[in-house]
Amino acid sequence: MSDTDEVGEEVTAEDGYTDDAVITHAHGAGGGQMTELIESLAVSRFAESEADVGLAALDDGSVQPIDDDHSVVVTTDSHVVTPLFFRGGDIGRLAVSGTVNDLAMMGATEPLALTSSLIIEAGTPQSTVERVTESMREACEEAGTTVTTGDTKVMGSDEIDTLAINTTGVGIVPRGEHVPDAGLSVGDKLIVSGTIGDHGISLLSEREGFDFGGDLESDVQPVNDLVRAAMDAGEVTAMKDPTRGGLATVLNEMASKADVGIDVEDASVPVSGAVSSAGEVLGIEPFDVACEGVVVMGVTGEDAEDVLDALRDNSKGEDAAIVGEVVEDHTGQVVLDTGFGRRYLSPPEGEQLPRIC
Amino acid sequence: MCLGIPGEIVEIDGNEARAEFWDVEKTVRIDVVDEDVEVGDHILNHAGFAIRKIPEEEVEETMEIYESFLEGDEDEALEEIGASEGQQLGIEGR
Amino acid sequence: MATNADAGEGELKFRDPEKAERLTDELDALMDEIGEPVNVMHVCGSHEQAIAKFGLRSILPDDLTVRMGPGCPVCVTNMPEVDEAVALAEDGHVVATYGDMFRVPGTKKSLADAKDEGADVRVVYSASEAAEIAEDEPDREVIFFATGFETTAAPTAAVLTSDPPENFSVLSAHKYVPPAMEVVAEMPDTDVDGFLAAGHAATITGYGLFEDFVSEYDTPAVVGGFEPIDILYGLARLLEFIRDGEAGLENAYPRCVSEEGNVPAKETMWEVFETTSGEWRGIAEIPQANLVLSTEYAEYDARERFDIEPEEGAIDPLTEQCITGDIMAGKADPTECELFGEECTPQDPVGASMVSSEGTCKIWLEYGGQPDL
Repeated sequence: MSDTDEVGEEVTAEDGYTDDAVITHAHGAGGGQMTELIESLAVSRFAESEADVGLAALDDGSVQPIDDDHSVVVTTDSHVVTPLFFRGGDIGRLAVSGTVNDLAMMGATEPLALTSSLIIEAGTPQSTVERVTESMREACEEAGTTVTTGDTKVMGSDEIDTLAINTTGVGIVPRGEHVPDAGLSVGDKLIVSGTIGDHGISLLSEREGFDFGGDLESDVQPVNDLVRAAMDAGEVTAMKDPTRGGLATVLNEMASKADVGIDVEDASVPVSGAVSSAGEVLGIEPFDVACEGVVVMGVTGEDAEDVLDALRDNSKGEDAAIVGEVVEDHTGQVVLDTGFGRRYLSPPEGEQLPRIC
Repeated sequence: MCLGIPGEIVEIDGNEARAEFWDVEKTVRIDVVDEDVEVGDHILNHAGFAIRKIPEEEVEETMEIYESFLEGDEDEALEEIGASEGQQLGIEGR
Repeated sequence: MATNADAGEGELKFRDPEKAERLTDELDALMDEIGEPVNVMHVCGSHEQAIAKFGLRSILPDDLTVRMGPGCPVCVTNMPEVDEAVALAEDGHVVATYGDMFRVPGTKKSLADAKDEGADVRVVYSASEAAEIAEDEPDREVIFFATGFETTAAPTAAVLTSDPPENFSVLSAHKYVPPAMEVVAEMPDTDVDGFLAAGHAATITGYGLFEDFVSEYDTPAVVGGFEPIDILYGLARLLEFIRDGEAGLENAYPRCVSEEGNVPAKETMWEVFETTSGEWRGIAEIPQANLVLSTEYAEYDARERFDIEPEEGAIDPLTEQCITGDIMAGKADPTECELFGEECTPQDPVGASMVSSEGTCKIWLEYGGQPDL
C-alpha cells in the first residue's frame, strides 16, 4: 500500500490558458470541453508508449503487451456521486462496477485485481464508510474479483463532500484480442445490452427531489459476465459502456473514431416505461443520460443474432436489442430514424437538467 | 416554450394532487387549473402545476377530427363535434 | 424508443407514424396546389423541440419552411436580467431557478458560473419548490428567478397569492407572448405566410386572443399541439388557409385550448403581475410584454426588497456577428450564421438562441436542423 503522501497539486496556468481560466463543471461533463482539456493537459504531455491502446486513444483503458502472448489492460476511475446511497446502488457498487466494466469494454472480462483509494471528509460516520466498503465487497464478488491494494486519505470538513473513491483495475487479455472502441466497420450491427437511461434519470430525480415513486432505479452492476457471453457467441468489433453522456455520446464517439456512420432506429432502443415517462416529464432524453450497467457493442452482421441470443440468455441482458447498424454515409455521425423522419442523434453538451420549456 | 405533460389525478390533498404520468407519479399543484378536478380526471401539467383539465372525450374527438381531415370531410366532423359537445373549435370564415 | 410502458394510451395516439405519413402526403398535395414556397412561423420552443426531436423537417415538403419566432422565454431573457440574478446569488442569497435558465449567460457570467464559484444556486422544477426551500430554510433569503411566458407566470402568481414565507421573493423575468407576435408581424422584412400558434401558452390565454391578430395582420393562425400528428395537422390546416388566401384562425388543439383559456389562472396572473415595456434579447424593445410584480405584491418583489447592483461585463465582440435577431424574426436559419457551431456553442453561447434547450440554434446543432437525410 502506498503511504500517506500529499493530496493534490496546484494546477498552474500554462500556455494556451489565460491566467484567469479555471476548471468548470463543463470540463467534467463528458462533452467537447472535457475532451479538449484532456488533450491539452494530459495527452500532449505523456509521450506515446508502446501500448497497443494508449492515452491518445482516449479509450476506456490502456492495453500494454507484456510478452508475445499477453497484454495487460489497466483502467482507472474516480467516483463522486450525490447522494452516496441511491435507489439501486451506492458509490461503492458504482466504483467497483465502473472499473470492472471499463476493463470488460477492452475485452478483459476477468478482472485480476482492483485497487481502491478512499478520500473521506472528517466527520463522516464510520458506519457510512463501512456500508460503502461492504457494498464494494459484494460487487467484487459479483464480478469475480477483489481489492488487493488501497489507500485512505482524510480531508477537513468542507474540503470534500463526504467521500470520493478511486478504483483502478487490472486485467489480462490474449495479445491482439482486446476490443477497441474504434473497431466498427460498415455492415456491423449495434447491440445495446439493456434499457438505457436508468442510472441518470433515477439519480437526477432523487437528487433534485422529484418524488416520482415507482420503479425508477439505477442499473449499476458489473457486466463483465455479460460481455464474456457475448464475446464467446460471436465477433464483437467494438465496445463501450454508455456512462457519462449516455448512449448518444458513445455512439457518436464510436462513429467518429472508426470513421463510419451509424443509423439507429428509435423504436428498437430499449427504454423502461418509468425512465421514458420521467424523461417526458423532465424534458430529458434517455439517450443523453448515464447508464451504469449496460454495454453497447458492434457485432459483425453475421454474428449479430447469435450474440443477441447469448445476451438475452443472461438475466442482465434480457432487454438486449439490435438498435442499428454501421453505414458508409454520414461518417462520424449518428442518424436516428424516429419513425416519423430522420435526424441526427448528437451528443448532449454538459449535464442534463430538467427543463420546463 | 412550455413543456406540457398530460397526467391522471390519483389523489388530492388540498391544493396539491398526486398525478400519474404514464409509469411515474408526481405531485402537482391544482390551484390554477381551470376547473375543479377529481381523482380520475386528466390534467395538463406544466412546471409542477396543473394548468388545464383535459376533458375526457376530447382526446378521442381530436383523433376523429384528424381522421376526418384525412378522409376529406373535416368540416363536417368539426361541425358535428362542435355542435354536439358545445365546444369551441374556432373556425373563422368557413 | 421502445418502451416497456403500456403504449397506446392518451397522448401516445398522437405519435402514430402511419397517420403522420398520410398527413405528410396531404401537405405535399397542398403545396402542389399552392405552387410557391411557403414560410410558416411557430412561436414556441416546444414546437421546435418536437419538430426536431421527431425529425419532422426531413419529411416536410421541400418548399415549406417552418421557422421558430420569438418563442423561447429563456432566449429572450435579457442579459441584464441574468446579471441581477447573479448579483443576488453572489450577495449570499439562495437563488432558485428553472433548469433552462441555469446556464444562460448574463453580460459577465451565468448562474452556473456563479455556482461554480461558490454561490448557492438551486435548480427547481416548479415555483412552489422554490417557496418550499424558503420554508425549509427560514434564515436564508430565497429568491425565485422566475422566467417563462403565461404558462409559468400563472404558477408564480399562484405561489405569491397563497401566502408564501416572508423570506421568499421573486425576481421576475416573465414575458407575455401576444405583443411579441405583433412586433414580429410588423417587422418590415418579415416574410411569414402563417403562424402556428403556441398551444400551451394559449391554454392560459385562450385562442380568442388571436382573433384580432389574424384580421389585423391578414395572416392565418392555427393553434397547434405538440405531438407529431398535432403539428402536421396544424400545418395542413394552415396550408389550407394559405391556399384559400384566407386569414383564418383555428384551434387545432382543443383538448388543451379553449376560446377563453384558463380564466382562474388569468385572474391570478393579472392579480400579481402587470405589464411593462422592455428589451427582448436579440429582438427589440417590446411594448408591454414584460411581466413585473404589481405594487400590491411589491413586498415579494426582489427588485424592491434588495438593492441589486449587478456587475456588468463587457459585451462580447462576437455578438456583432450574431444573427439571433434575424433567426427569431424568422428571417434566417442558424446555418446562415458564421458563428454557428464554431465560436458559438451551447457551452459557450454568443446569441440568445444558442443558450436554451429550446433555442433554435441549440436545437439545430443538436438535431441537425434541416438535414439532407
